[in-house]
Amino acid sequence: MDNVIRRRTLGARLARLALYAALLLAALFYLLPLAVMLITSVKPLDEISAGSLLALPQSPTLVPWAKAWGEACTGMRCEGVGGYFWNSFAIVIPAVAISTVVGALNGYALTKWRFRGSELLFGLMLFGCFIPFQVVLLPMAQTLGWLGLSSSRAGLVLVHVIFGIAFTTLFFRNFYVAVPTELVSAAKLDGAGFFRIFWRILLPVSAPIIVVSVIWQFTQIWNDFLFGVAFSAHDTQPVTVALNNLVNTSTGVREYNVDMAAAMIAALPTLVVYVLAGKYFVRGLTAGSVKG
Amino acid sequence: MSALEIQKVRKDFGNERVLKDVSLAIESGEFLILVGPSGCGKSTLMNAIAGLEPVTAGEIRIADRDVTWLTPAERDIAMVFQSYALYPSMTVRQNISFGLEMRKVPRAEREAAVERVADLLQITALLDRKPAQLSGGQRQRVAMGRALAREPAVYLFDEPLSNLDAKLRVDMRTEIKKLHLRLGTTIVYVTHDQIEAMTLADRIAVMRDGHILQLGTPDEVYNDPVDIFVAGFMGSPSMNFIATTLEGQAGDYRLRIVTEGEDALVLPWPASRETPALAEQVGRSVILGLRPEHFSEEDSRLSGMDEGTPLSARVSVVEPTGADILLNMPLGDAEVTARVGPKCRVAPGERLSLRVDMGRAVLFDSETQKRLA
Amino acid sequence: MTRSTSLSHAGRALGRPSSSGFLQSWLPRLVLAPSVAISLFFVYGFMLWTFVLSLTNSRMLPSYDFVGFAQYGRLMANERWWVASTNLVIFGGLFVVICLVLGAFLAILLDQRIRREGALRTIYLYPMALSFIVTGVVWKWLLNPGLGLQAMVRGWGFESFTFDWLVDPDMAVYTLVIAAVWQASGFVMALFLAGLRGIDDSIIKAAQLDGGSLPRIYWRVVIPCLRPVVFSAVMILAHIAIKSFDLVVALTGGGPGYATDLPATFMYTHAFTRAQVGLGSASAMLMLGGVLAILIPYLYSELRSRKNG
Repeated sequence: MDNVIRRRTLGARLARLALYAALLLAALFYLLPLAVMLITSVKPLDEISAGSLLALPQSPTLVPWAKAWGEACTGMRCEGVGGYFWNSFAIVIPAVAISTVVGALNGYALTKWRFRGSELLFGLMLFGCFIPFQVVLLPMAQTLGWLGLSSSRAGLVLVHVIFGIAFTTLFFRNFYVAVPTELVSAAKLDGAGFFRIFWRILLPVSAPIIVVSVIWQFTQIWNDFLFGVAFSAHDTQPVTVALNNLVNTSTGVREYNVDMAAAMIAALPTLVVYVLAGKYFVRGLTAGSVKG
Repeated sequence: MSALEIQKVRKDFGNERVLKDVSLAIESGEFLILVGPSGCGKSTLMNAIAGLEPVTAGEIRIADRDVTWLTPAERDIAMVFQSYALYPSMTVRQNISFGLEMRKVPRAEREAAVERVADLLQITALLDRKPAQLSGGQRQRVAMGRALAREPAVYLFDEPLSNLDAKLRVDMRTEIKKLHLRLGTTIVYVTHDQIEAMTLADRIAVMRDGHILQLGTPDEVYNDPVDIFVAGFMGSPSMNFIATTLEGQAGDYRLRIVTEGEDALVLPWPASRETPALAEQVGRSVILGLRPEHFSEEDSRLSGMDEGTPLSARVSVVEPTGADILLNMPLGDAEVTARVGPKCRVAPGERLSLRVDMGRAVLFDSETQKRLA
Repeated sequence: MTRSTSLSHAGRALGRPSSSGFLQSWLPRLVLAPSVAISLFFVYGFMLWTFVLSLTNSRMLPSYDFVGFAQYGRLMANERWWVASTNLVIFGGLFVVICLVLGAFLAILLDQRIRREGALRTIYLYPMALSFIVTGVVWKWLLNPGLGLQAMVRGWGFESFTFDWLVDPDMAVYTLVIAAVWQASGFVMALFLAGLRGIDDSIIKAAQLDGGSLPRIYWRVVIPCLRPVVFSAVMILAHIAIKSFDLVVALTGGGPGYATDLPATFMYTHAFTRAQVGLGSASAMLMLGGVLAILIPYLYSELRSRKNG
């Protein structure tokens, strides 16, 4: 709609005003919960029951954060969500790394070394993006038992890798499809083999899609609750499960400020990633969904 | 010794046969051009030679060694791609030396090779740039440099100039020709541009539908085409094809051309160019092939073509190109194009007296499209 | 297996192909093999396994006493399953429609050469980065009648203001819609905005020269161009709706009672906490059927358009 001459009438100006008003209103709607969460998390409990939701804290305090991190009760134990926060990292980091590496190699093999049936194999793997995970929960629980990985962090890593590969393969495949195959032909003529072509030719140009894949997998796995609640025990829970337990623990007085602080803690890593690399985050969302 | 020999190479994609028992041999130092319309199999043949596509049947020999089932790396060939295929993450220097590095050539030798080709192609100043920082012409040079550094037995060029603009293409064409003359390399070059084929090649292979229709020097392919397809494909503007009836007998063949609204025109066929095949065609329709430059205006005494056969036609379109003038005029059942000198003054609708050089005309069978005489 | 047949041909002609060539042609398959095996076992095998379980009378632990389709019969007769299914229709339908309308609306507004567009986009989209658990916890707080929005508005002097859907069995399912729309509508906005930016400018210019007003141009020219975006957005949103589990757990816990159960929570509750593995499996299979019912037409049209285009 650019570069078009428009008459600057009063009506046009009013329309412009209404436009900004609507956009700001929408922004308030999206920001409200985050604002409330933040404000509440630094309010003492008495201010919460007395004052309004949006009232700024009279005497701001970080006690709720400290309590959420180290003392709050999540079910039977009262050790806060701090340990579970690190649990999440211990699960997320290996799972993201492995699924990204495997996805990159898969995407490379599927696009640059096509063979009869390779498209079919891709379609077969792609289906894993779409299934409702409820359909694999029970067999997975039993299989993890057989593997001796029940309720372990390694087991959760395995589950996230298995069901993440479909997405990472999709990302890398769609990216490598656009890389000219002649590059690979040239490298073959130059005498490079399968892994060397990947390492020297493809990987150096893959930075954008690696970022997309890492961010996507990071948010997906960090935010997971279903696998976490189904396949973990007390000491191996990810932070989402701990947060849910904390909020639903019904001993003593409800400490809403602590609840909100714990929610902020659980939300921070993905929020930071989003703020730092929003462009890639959006690209991952659209690539992971539109092209699927 | 043949640098490259292809014997009965066949390639099927599913049920489709894209190469139909192609055979050819190239001498060391020869510049061979594969030319043809898109889908004729020329690129597939190129990929088969490179080892990028396994063939279905047949044999490929490079420097008298059977390479049919060797990997591309084992074949001792280098290739220049249409898109140049420069490795985007590497500098020009790394691009050129990558193939040598893969072959475990010692560093000192690699550096010497880079210096040598950079010097040859005048890209020394670009050696530390990335491909993205180069212009189209510079990328082209680097792509050639990458091939030259390896000094392989055979060079393959896959439409290397088609991504350049018109002027640069002409310059690079000359440069490739110079390089070939200087280095005496063996080159197989794919193009769909018949001017490139004419100007560069020692020999041209014209391909269509997975066959080589004709393999010969540019002069043979241009002046002595085996059929209507080759005759029409080479040359721009392309050869005129005029339906005629063959009359007379051996020693006195004539071609009768009927143009609507004109008197019938009878052109005698030079006795020196008769072939035995003509005898069977008497009384039947044959196709006369005349290139635009086989015409000349009547009064151009200086052109030395006054032995030609006189002919008069009504001009329908006049297209000056600067160097000469192209005229369109109805002749037989079609419009023909004639190339005349730039000084010719004629307006559309006027009649013009021309001469046609029947000594260079060709005749084709109207059914098989094959050459008759 | 073109390559392998040609290699066996080579074997006949030459004795054997070069060993490195043989390895190179099999490496890609070797690299893909583990992922394909994983996919076959953990996706397809598990689907089959769950189907087998759904045919048994497994309770606490999987057993293999086959009872045919009896679990599906029990499911059909189970009132709680019908509540969950009805909820899914209400929740899914409203969630998809509201997200689409809101997302498209915001995208069109943002496409008017807005100042600070980047900041607004960031604000609209950030909820998508959060876990549904966090979303549920926050909205549970906001919708808490005693301390949340209701209390805030009453505090402003509107004493009779009532917004207690969270504790109202008839209305609680709509709180799921609010929270889910809050989380996902920004994403739909991003999809639409990308689609709008992808439209050829000259189409819009041509329409302006034809004298269309801006809203009319959008309605008649621009939005029809976005059909593929709408299609994928519906696909993704429906998919999110069917898989919704964490949001329910965190926001309503399925309650009051089981008023806000969805099939995903139904399955989990029965399979993992109520020792009804057979029944849970049957409900999981029906969920899979629901996803397939959406997915197959989508993939079909995708493949067809890819072939044509």
